[in-house]
Amino acid sequence: MSKFKKKKDGGLPPISTASLPDIVFMLLFFFMVATVIKEDNLLIENKLPSANQIEKLDKKYPISYIYIGKPNSNYVGTYGKEDRIQVNDKFTNIDQVQAFIASERAAIPEELIDKLTVSLKVDQEAKMGVLTDVKQELRKTNALKINYTTRKGDAVEKR
Amino acid sequence: MARRSAPEVNAGSMADIAFLLLIFFLVTTDIAVDSGLSRKLPPIDDNPEQEQVVKKEKNIFALNVNSKNALFLKSGGEEKRIELNELRELAVNFIDNGGGKGDDACRRCQGAKNPKSSDNFQTAVISLANDRLAEYKTYIAVQNEIIAAYNQIRNREFRREYPKSGMNFVEATEKYQDPQTKKAEKADLKEKLETIKLLVPQFFSEAETKNK
Repeated sequence: MSKFKKKKDGGLPPISTASLPDIVFMLLFFFMVATVIKEDNLLIENKLPSANQIEKLDKKYPISYIYIGKPNSNYVGTYGKEDRIQVNDKFTNIDQVQAFIASERAAIPEELIDKLTVSLKVDQEAKMGVLTDVKQELRKTNALKINYTTRKGDAVEKR
Repeated sequence: MARRSAPEVNAGSMADIAFLLLIFFLVTTDIAVDSGLSRKLPPIDDNPEQEQVVKKEKNIFALNVNSKNALFLKSGGEEKRIELNELRELAVNFIDNGGGKGDDACRRCQGAKNPKSSDNFQTAVISLANDRLAEYKTYIAVQNEIIAAYNQIRNREFRREYPKSGMNFVEATEKYQDPQTKKAEKADLKEKLETIKLLVPQFFSEAETKNK
């Protein structure tokens, strides 16, 4: 009798979770591969505007990043609310932009120097004034290839 | 001693460890944005005393963004306030106008041939001035619309010039930049793209911003 008893007792057998780690690992590997380690720790607000006529930046060539925006809430006390320029991990002044480009140029092979693109990551609410000054400095140091980095989206509301 | 089979390792916590790592990567990931509007800055003129090229006024499409982010257009002798969503159409009409006569005539233009607007692709200039207090968002929108206007015309000309390719200018540019495209095809595309860029050049000038 007891031979048959066992088979009858449970309703549903428990679902095997043995493959759960496999699934999680799969996700994990996806994120590990897709992750780009953050290049700069942002000290400013940096919500990029959107545009739809965008081109991809060629990763083969060196790219330098310049960020412009209001200091974010942690730094308002120290740096105020005016738009600021950030390169690498710190705030910088307009007169140091040329030095920054020079140091970026020193770090790359000589044949790539004139391929250097400056990616301008400017907060959408920033004023044009600072950006204009930065562009003027870039012209002075002959870094003429620039890219206004934007998200993909519509720049203008549809009619 | 009796032989003991190796005790089974409990793998139940493996999922927890993997989740922990997964969450770490989820949090630290930021999907990099590396696309945007590419532009070339004009080099600084070393000898400003050089004679300036004088452009006919009708060939200039002068845009101005003021500190309140309003957009003004001066073209063909009249100045008016325009909305951002009209800009693309107005710019296309201006570039494509083809009002030139004789040597300046534009065979490819399909516009209204208004004598008060631009002569041909080679002479049409779009200029943009902005106040220092204008918002970056507006500036990008204006830039975007101007590039869109040029792309629209270049697309048309690309299709007309190379009907067999089955692509337009933007698609061809994307194909050219795609690392999977073969070398021979790339060279071919590059030549076509350069031809169109010469046919419909982008003349875009940015005046230095006015101080308040």
